[in-house]
Amino acid sequence: MKIHKYDTVIVGAGGAGMRAAIESTKRSRTAVLTKLYPTRSHTGAAQGGMAAALANVEEDNWEWHTFDTIKGGDYLVDQDAAEILAKEAIDSVLDLEKMGLPFNRTPNGTIDQRRFGGHSRNHGEAPVRRSCYASDRTGHMILQTLYQNCVKEGVEFFNEFYVLDLLLTDVDGVKKSSGVVAYELATGEIHVFQAKSIIFASGGTGKFFKVTSNAHTLTGDGQAAAWRRGLPLEDMEFFQFHPTGIWRMGILLTEGARGEGGILRNKDGERFMEKYAPVMKDLASRDVVSRSIYTEIREGRGCGPEGDHVYLDLTHLPPEQLDAKLPDITEFARTYLGIEPYTDPIPIQPTAHYAMGGIPTNVEGEVLADNTTVVPGLYAAGEVACVSVHGANRLGTNSLLDINVFGRRAGIAAAEYSADHDFVELPEDPAQKVVDQVERLRNSTGTERVTELRQELQECMDANVMVFRTEQTIKTAVEKIGELRERYLNVSVQDKGKRFNTDLLEAIELGNLLDLAEVMAVSALARKESRGGHYREDFPNRDDVNFMRHTMAYREVGADGKESIRLDYKPVVQTRYQPMERKY
Amino acid sequence: MSTPTLDKHSAALDAAENTASHAIKVTFRIRRFNPEVSEEASWQDFELDIDPKERVLDALHKIKWEQDGTLTFRRSCAHGICGSDAMRINGKNRLACKTLIKDINPQKPITVEAIKGLTVLKDLVVDMEPFFQAYRDVMPFLITKGNEPTRERLQTAEDRERFDDTTKCILCAACTSSCPVFWNDGQYFGPAAIVNAHRFIFDSRDEGGEQRLEILNDKDGVWRCRTTFNCTDACPRGIEVTKAIQEVKRALITRRF
Ligand SMILES: Cc1cc2nc3c(=O)[nH]c(=O)nc-3n(C[C@H](O)[C@H](O)[C@H](O)COP(=O)(O)OP(=O)(O)OC[C@H]3O[C@@H](n4cnc5c(N)ncnc54)[C@H](O)[C@@H]3O)c2cc1C
Ligand code: SF4
Ligand code: FES
Repeated sequence: MKIHKYDTVIVGAGGAGMRAAIESTKRSRTAVLTKLYPTRSHTGAAQGGMAAALANVEEDNWEWHTFDTIKGGDYLVDQDAAEILAKEAIDSVLDLEKMGLPFNRTPNGTIDQRRFGGHSRNHGEAPVRRSCYASDRTGHMILQTLYQNCVKEGVEFFNEFYVLDLLLTDVDGVKKSSGVVAYELATGEIHVFQAKSIIFASGGTGKFFKVTSNAHTLTGDGQAAAWRRGLPLEDMEFFQFHPTGIWRMGILLTEGARGEGGILRNKDGERFMEKYAPVMKDLASRDVVSRSIYTEIREGRGCGPEGDHVYLDLTHLPPEQLDAKLPDITEFARTYLGIEPYTDPIPIQPTAHYAMGGIPTNVEGEVLADNTTVVPGLYAAGEVACVSVHGANRLGTNSLLDINVFGRRAGIAAAEYSADHDFVELPEDPAQKVVDQVERLRNSTGTERVTELRQELQECMDANVMVFRTEQTIKTAVEKIGELRERYLNVSVQDKGKRFNTDLLEAIELGNLLDLAEVMAVSALARKESRGGHYREDFPNRDDVNFMRHTMAYREVGADGKESIRLDYKPVVQTRYQPMERKY
Repeated sequence: MSTPTLDKHSAALDAAENTASHAIKVTFRIRRFNPEVSEEASWQDFELDIDPKERVLDALHKIKWEQDGTLTFRRSCAHGICGSDAMRINGKNRLACKTLIKDINPQKPITVEAIKGLTVLKDLVVDMEPFFQAYRDVMPFLITKGNEPTRERLQTAEDRERFDDTTKCILCAACTSSCPVFWNDGQYFGPAAIVNAHRFIFDSRDEGGEQRLEILNDKDGVWRCRTTFNCTDACPRGIEVTKAIQEVKRALITRRF
């Protein structure tokens, strides 16, 4: 075991982690621990764009953006946070441009902008051009630009270090963060990083679904580490299903495709979104479009022999426009489906995309131990966190924005905290839990296989807690996850070595997914209403009287060592917008 | 008004929508190496039933998950965006997640081995550090002088287009590890680093061109390139790598960029 000491430790080198690192490296001695090489992070997969009311191509302002964010989130958004997001969006995009990001340009040389779902002029009048973009690889360019600037600032990375535990130390009755424990992939060695402040920026958790746009590595490690140390998770029932994933594969085809004029059609060629969202049509918010697609499928208007998908039609768009604005996604269709998007519509289905919930933080990125108490020295930003700026449903282009705005804020706040505070003593045997976990898995002779459990989990989640949920389907999921968690205790791995043991890490990742899937299902069961990404067929309406509140889930361990989940609630911060019915 | 999509239902689409999975038997011949077990590398055959429309990455997963958990490779996004899984497949550098089995003649055993020129650490995993070091050495970030403008720097669409191709790079190392010059001499920056230098040299906003050109003028710089075009063939992002290198060479001579 090795012990390292840094002022600030950042877990994750995606957009949020690197944006934080650029700030914190300037102000404090910082280490970034990341399980992937920074440029492999899934921020690089983002396509469509990053929202900011620059008003470069038409009238726009941050207040409209704030409103759209709150409405898009079905009023579960904390309005003070949304206002910060929309206001700081403008500088956040300009900062990236100054760092070198090659945005697409308008004829007069400013940053070009395009339409995106849910972003509107003057509180819902009509779609507005607010998304700043670099072709259909905006996330790639953000990730590259941030990495380039990390190189420039000399940020210190520990690549292929898997953080498996968060260390909290009790100081006079107050839980303070004191470090993290990491597993080095190359050697199997365990490292303890003691730090004055820690930022979790470890991304999403989409891999508990089968059809998903998320990378294999998005297994909620950060959320799980916090959870197991008794910290709450907020709004975990809210997961976004993006309308246009490649059929069966889940690979994302950006909403920008519809922003450019793409149209969704059923098997009769009908533009069905006109029925469900007369104004915004194909650009209504994602939850609305995903449900509309499944309604078409359920009512027998799906395409293909099994009627299990619909089409994204780009064939009426000029090939030059597709080449210039959507080169990557059209290539995905060619590579993975053998389809030519110039002439053929693309089969799509909703795909599990984005975790709105996560580790609760305030607007400075400080992690909350309950509704109000912060954990001194602990921060979170990006998809791992829940600020909450996305509420019940995130608007497209608001996450690339979130990682930049709150990544930056967390980076500054954490470094300033490090400057003002001393190291907190590490708990006794800081690496013990991780050592035990790793050794148990390595030595286990159990009969259960990771791949089977993972597959059963993913199939269960797709079948029961996706776009449509009912009490019965969620209960089925809770039960199944319970069974899988039992069986997980009996899991073994084949690779017993120390060197690059990805077999072992997949087993650990599965453990994280199982814990988080349970939190999601239990939170969803209790929310007897429909709001944003959480749709209950047995409670199809939003219920502001009983459920205008964030879910706060806590892990409890009884005297007998039995784990359970306790749900509590947190009020939504409302400033100037009163909840209204959401129509597009 | 609405385009009748059914008329457009082409043969390609029918093929894609043919839901019956047609699994065939395929042999994967994989170059194994694990110094914890043996200092020698060796070939190992795996047979599996798989739909040829699946990716090579899917096949590797199937082997790892169902036959041999010790098989080790890097991957993340599974759709050609993160650059994790460049490997030599049937003797050519490709991304495993962007290569469909049907496109590489599954009738014969498909060989899979680590990319060349970088030290193999285990199975398909190589040491990427020298690769990233070369990248960092070309100062891959925007260099500007003078005061920052309050708003964005202006750039015409044409100027933006000038370096569009090289912004696509995902640092997968397929190009560099297919370059015979790099195989013979690991000191050579390699195509990927030059591609990333190109991305800044030809960016109208950048003012560090001279500095970067000096670095590339070094004995391990662009002049080592023998224009074999392996890199361009290997690039999964379709970047015209050799052309980019040529443009950098020309800029060195003319000092115009
Ligand atoms: C296909 C796709 C397209 C998208 N398009 C858009 C878009 O157009 N606009 C938009 O706004 N949003 C988009 N999103 C959402 C957005 O891209 C993500 O929410 C955002 O990039 C997440 O960034 P992040 O920094 O939080 O996490 P990531 O970029 O996922 O980074 C996570 C980091 O954490 C590290 N990590 C994880 N676990 C550990 C561990 N245990 N130990 C150490 N390190 C760890 C990883 O190595 C990685 O570096 C898209 C998402 C997807 C999947
Ligand atoms: S130029 Fe192409 S092959 Fe080379 S590293 Fe970049 S993406 Fe990979
Ligand atoms: S796994 Fe990301 S490029 Fe292949």
